[in-house]
Amino acid sequence: MIRRFSKHKGAMIGVLILAIVVALAVFAPLLYPRGPWAMVQRPFLQPMAMEGFLLGTDTLGRDVAAGLVHGARVSLLVGLVSTLVALLIGVPLGALAGFYGAWVDEGAMRFTEFFQTIPNFALAIVLVAILEPSLTSITLAIAIVSWPPVARLVRAEVMAVKSREYVDAARLSGLSNRRILIEQVLPNTVSPIIVLASLMVATAILLESSLSFLGLGDPNIMSWGYMIGAARTVIRSAWWLSFFPGVAIVLTVLALNLIGEGLNDALNPHLSRKGHA
Amino acid sequence: MNYLKATTFLIAAALAGTALAAETGGRLDIVVQPEPPGLMLGLVQNGPTQLVAGDIYESLLRYNTDLEPQPSLAKSWTISDDGLVYTFTLQDGVKWHDGTAFSADDVVFSADVFLRETHARLRSSLKYVDSITAPDAQTVVFTLNEPFGPFISIFETGTMPIVPKHIYEGTDYANNPANATPIGTGPFKFSAWEKGSYIHLVKNEDYYLDGLPKLDEVFYRVIPDAAARAVAFETGEVDVLPGGSVENWDVPRLTAMEGVCSTGKGWEFFAPHAWMWLNNREGPTADKRFRQAVMYAMDREFVRDVVWNGFGKVPTGPVSSKTNFYTDDVNIYEHDPAKAKALLDEMGYNGEPVRLLPLPYGETWQRWAEAVRQNLSEVGIKIEIDATDVAGWNEKTAQWDYDMAFTYLYQYGDPALGVSRTYVASNIAKGSPWNNVQGYVNEGLDAKWDAAAVMADPSARADAYVDIQKTIVDDVPVAWLLELEFPTIYRCDVQDLVTTAIGINDGLRDAWLEK
Repeated sequence: MIRRFSKHKGAMIGVLILAIVVALAVFAPLLYPRGPWAMVQRPFLQPMAMEGFLLGTDTLGRDVAAGLVHGARVSLLVGLVSTLVALLIGVPLGALAGFYGAWVDEGAMRFTEFFQTIPNFALAIVLVAILEPSLTSITLAIAIVSWPPVARLVRAEVMAVKSREYVDAARLSGLSNRRILIEQVLPNTVSPIIVLASLMVATAILLESSLSFLGLGDPNIMSWGYMIGAARTVIRSAWWLSFFPGVAIVLTVLALNLIGEGLNDALNPHLSRKGHA
Repeated sequence: MNYLKATTFLIAAALAGTALAAETGGRLDIVVQPEPPGLMLGLVQNGPTQLVAGDIYESLLRYNTDLEPQPSLAKSWTISDDGLVYTFTLQDGVKWHDGTAFSADDVVFSADVFLRETHARLRSSLKYVDSITAPDAQTVVFTLNEPFGPFISIFETGTMPIVPKHIYEGTDYANNPANATPIGTGPFKFSAWEKGSYIHLVKNEDYYLDGLPKLDEVFYRVIPDAAARAVAFETGEVDVLPGGSVENWDVPRLTAMEGVCSTGKGWEFFAPHAWMWLNNREGPTADKRFRQAVMYAMDREFVRDVVWNGFGKVPTGPVSSKTNFYTDDVNIYEHDPAKAKALLDEMGYNGEPVRLLPLPYGETWQRWAEAVRQNLSEVGIKIEIDATDVAGWNEKTAQWDYDMAFTYLYQYGDPALGVSRTYVASNIAKGSPWNNVQGYVNEGLDAKWDAAAVMADPSARADAYVDIQKTIVDDVPVAWLLELEFPTIYRCDVQDLVTTAIGINDGLRDAWLEK
């Protein structure tokens, strides 16, 4: 499977980009120890106009490169944590609905649909506005709007798997429902969940950026969306302030999508062959 | 009566000088933002209303950029030497826009009846007034019960607009149909209001000053989006951008254009003064040394130059340098991080986080808060910026739920009108974000504020205010940030646009277009 994945050119490019982003995020405090908010040079310094300020400075003379590197931490953190939380909500709900069926399924799915009928982004805005913008509330809001597809996917997978013979065999051997679900059924639904999760991280990064762009970010944390939002008013005179964070978001999201695609092909060879035929 | 301070102005001669050079005719397009809720200045006094209606209505006086009173509807005036009797002589041949003759009765009606009911800010000054009488059609006499020092500063158009008695007497003011077609004595007459698009004023041909106004007509254009306003100016669709109508970041670009002028003048009467409330009740901000450290830690020049494009002035204390009785004979807080650190060490500040509430008025104020946070964090103060909207800001400051909070307030020319309200203990009241929100109590100073407001002798008042400013600057009840100046941006062929302390609010009387 790893061999199949490594043969996927797009996926390898994605991994490479993501590795760079992760490395920058991890080493941010070493690269820019003064942090992203330090006003280090005169404002509106053009990119490459001065040594040491490759990407220029912003409206207050803060280093754009420092902002990008520190912003990567926030984007990745929010992406990962909110996806994890979404999985923690979506997987159990979907699994229970798919496995037990009947009224459990009915109840869980109506509940899921309730969230699905409200546009994701609108709901996220409302949640953040109510909870007051902070890293926690943003992560939570993104998780809350992202779990319904997980629940539906897991439910479908569980329903498909639970009618297999080996599940019947497990049941005949006297295993409890709980053990069957956890030990026999769920492990066989993991691969589509991994694929979905990699895409959810990308969506979460986009959502966080959009929220920050609208001024609903955590004001104490430098993020890419914040950088673009703050640069919006000077976009005509200082293009680089919104351009570089924009590129960062595009590359990261693209990388995650490529990885997702690669994982999909690697984990579902059957589907992939059909797709390429 | 013994008139010691008789002041008479030979305006005819002064005006003749400019009239020779000035050319008549032409049209001016000015941005108004946001669209005013109404134009009846006696009922509505918010910014956009004052901008438009300041040319329709007039008061007895106007003020130059040094806040010295100038003739308007009153051509001369005297103040008795006990500071209790103000006698105004009105201009000759003044007519309302509907042709009715204007007289002293209109002034008495406006000040004593109409505005007492509708104008809260004027009402608080009118409590010092015993009687307002009109001995004859051209004379009005205000008699005071105490020599209220700032009284000569209340005859500004937005503070005491003179309204027509023949239209409003005995009516329900707020629902009078005439409110839609305002009738004043000013240099321009109301012509039309296309809601959401423009307000059109035309020249008052019967204006009592010969040769004025110069312009034929004025359009106040409603353009809801800041970027669109900037574009409208660039393309020549509008000629004047009043202060605050475009984003600060657009100002350098617009003023760099050829044939474009800008001025920070015209805000002397309002003298918007920006500061941070520092909660004097609890937390680190309750310690005077911490508040002084905040003052030393901030690089206020940097913010003035970078965030406000060099417009404005770094304040020395509570009184704006534009306001009367200002002194710089106080402790000056330079940008001195070492001193700030020393003060923090001395008080034993333990790194307790301090919340900072920015003013949610757009990007400029957000950047400002970030710059302050950076300054403070560099001396070791841990700052967390609270995210909020306008309603949240009002709620948090009014309920004292903050450590530091940005704000700015107007000063109205005199410390007794616009400054003391922020610092006297009697003005501590939960529920309003405009009073002594920081909870500063200094009883000795309260008595001095009260005394200074009712001193008849201006030099005694000046001494009292120097004393007050010295004490208050040492106490740092709030952290003074900047004397704001909202630049007026206009085409250079518009002449004499900003000549008064309220700028283009009443400046169109003298403005003219160079051809």
